[in-house]
Amino acid sequence: MTGPTATTTAPRPATKPHTAAPRLRAPRRQAPSRPRRSVLLTVLTGVFVLYSLVPLLWLLISATKTQEGLAGSFGLWFDGDFALWDNISETFTYQDGVFVRWLLNTLLYVVVGAGGATFLAVLGGYALAKFDFPGRRGVFAVVIGAVAVPTTALAVPTFLMFSKLGLTDTPWAIIVPSLISPFGLYLMWVFATEAVPTELMEAARIDGAGELRTFFQVALPLLAPGTVTVLLFTTVATWNNYFLPLIMLKDPDWYPLTLGLDAWNKQASTAGGEAVFNLVITGSLVTIVPLIAAFLLLQKYWRSGLAAGSVKE
Amino acid sequence: MTTLQPPVAAGRRPSRPPWRRARAWTGWGFIGPFVAVFALVFLAPLAYSVYLSLFRDRLIGGTTFVGLDNYQQALKDDQFWAALERVALFLAVQVPIMLGIALLVALALDSGRLYGKDFFRISIFLPYAVPAVVASLMWGFMYGSRFGLVGDINDGLGVSLPDPLSPDLVLASIGNIVTWEFVGYNMLIFYSALRVVPHSLYEAAQIDGAGQWRVITAIKLPAIRGALVIATIFSIIGSFQLFNEPAILQKLAPNAITTDYTPNYYTYSLSFSGQQHNYSATVAIVMGVITMIVAYVVQLRGMRKGA
Repeated sequence: MTGPTATTTAPRPATKPHTAAPRLRAPRRQAPSRPRRSVLLTVLTGVFVLYSLVPLLWLLISATKTQEGLAGSFGLWFDGDFALWDNISETFTYQDGVFVRWLLNTLLYVVVGAGGATFLAVLGGYALAKFDFPGRRGVFAVVIGAVAVPTTALAVPTFLMFSKLGLTDTPWAIIVPSLISPFGLYLMWVFATEAVPTELMEAARIDGAGELRTFFQVALPLLAPGTVTVLLFTTVATWNNYFLPLIMLKDPDWYPLTLGLDAWNKQASTAGGEAVFNLVITGSLVTIVPLIAAFLLLQKYWRSGLAAGSVKE
Repeated sequence: MTTLQPPVAAGRRPSRPPWRRARAWTGWGFIGPFVAVFALVFLAPLAYSVYLSLFRDRLIGGTTFVGLDNYQQALKDDQFWAALERVALFLAVQVPIMLGIALLVALALDSGRLYGKDFFRISIFLPYAVPAVVASLMWGFMYGSRFGLVGDINDGLGVSLPDPLSPDLVLASIGNIVTWEFVGYNMLIFYSALRVVPHSLYEAAQIDGAGQWRVITAIKLPAIRGALVIATIFSIIGSFQLFNEPAILQKLAPNAITTDYTPNYYTYSLSFSGQQHNYSATVAIVMGVITMIVAYVVQLRGMRKGA
């Protein structure tokens, strides 16, 4: 209300008081913004931590048990004989080491699928943020609209299309659909708007750098935190994918880990099938360890990346 | 026709230099690959499924054009409506619980009153990294009476808890798995949104004598409304698409979970067990349209409230 002039002349006047503020505020800021820690609140929130961690603990403990031990001992404590190493080696060697094959398949799908999805999202987000090209608004609207389309609604027609193209039962059936991440595109668009100063791009162009060189040498390094975030989320999506492989693949040689574990679990209920619940459980543990490790190690990146995404909306 | 001026005039016109026009299409060079793949895996299947839904495969006479007959059939299909009712019930109960827990934890983290905040945040987020297959198998085993926790508790305490995999309870059990998987993810979205609320607002409120509760309802919740709406929409879409958890639990609870348990499971069964591709595509489209309408209504209402 007080100053329509200030709002129309935009950023510059707005930043002025901002830079002055910390100096004025610093002394009395400490007191009110450092609330006292509360044991009660910590304990209450701790309940939800238990809820989150107990199943993982159960998985870890169960992976140390033999099949008989699983049935005969309390779920949240160890059984007499510690069979973790036996279970792991049996998981990797059972059925001629098909688990290793599934692991390698999963890695292939993640590296090419999630890696490719991230690359396309970074390129596209950069274009949406920094170029004013014909049809830009249309592209953005269509992609955002697509987020609301249930991906599983597309599964059947995609399967029929791919089977006409002879792509089912090949890695391409998993990789190609994994290459699109509308959420990743959105996140990179928001991130690139903030992270790459247009002046820097202009400077590179004036120095004679081509568009590709400007992208790879100027923009890409600045986009790194957002890229890591998108890579983590596309990796989770690809690593955890179940529905797509389920419809696309018949040949167990191309299964990812998720489908393989499911097959081992189903084996118990098929006629004449051998129950291998200890391997299902140990295999599950082996499946989640790499992702959990990645999230723990890369915390700094995905937290800042997600924060950037939530600023915009 | 100023736009046709030769590039000699380059530096002269600061409003729109010609080199910018020349560069206008370079944006396509960057977004082109995404759009091409997007067209192949999103737009083409979408168009194809609309096409499929207009035909019917008969034993006699082969594939014939039937117009909207498939849609009429879908609207009168009891199996479809029963499945839709089930996910609607799931949505009405599970989504508020999940988002409520996520919001409470995010507010607790943001209040700065917790000991070991980082540990809390990462622990609650971890289940997000667990594949739906592993989560469902894990919880399925724990639910089971054979070597699960429920069996242990029954034996240990001499009680008989209701079986989580019985027909009456299996939907709640699935809700618990989905909640476990996604609480942390939603919590993180809320928490990230809370982090960027300017601290000066809290200080002003404190000077005015507002208590914690008042700060939450008057400042924090309105400030993260956008994040709340987005999380709600994603959760609605997720609920309507429910497939993985029931499909995996099906082997552990074959009596409780039928192959038309959710709309998605139904389309899957129609297509891959029943070979009714055309009808399956129709059901998928109807479901997609319903999802989009509900998501859109929520978005309109969410954005209007107090805006």
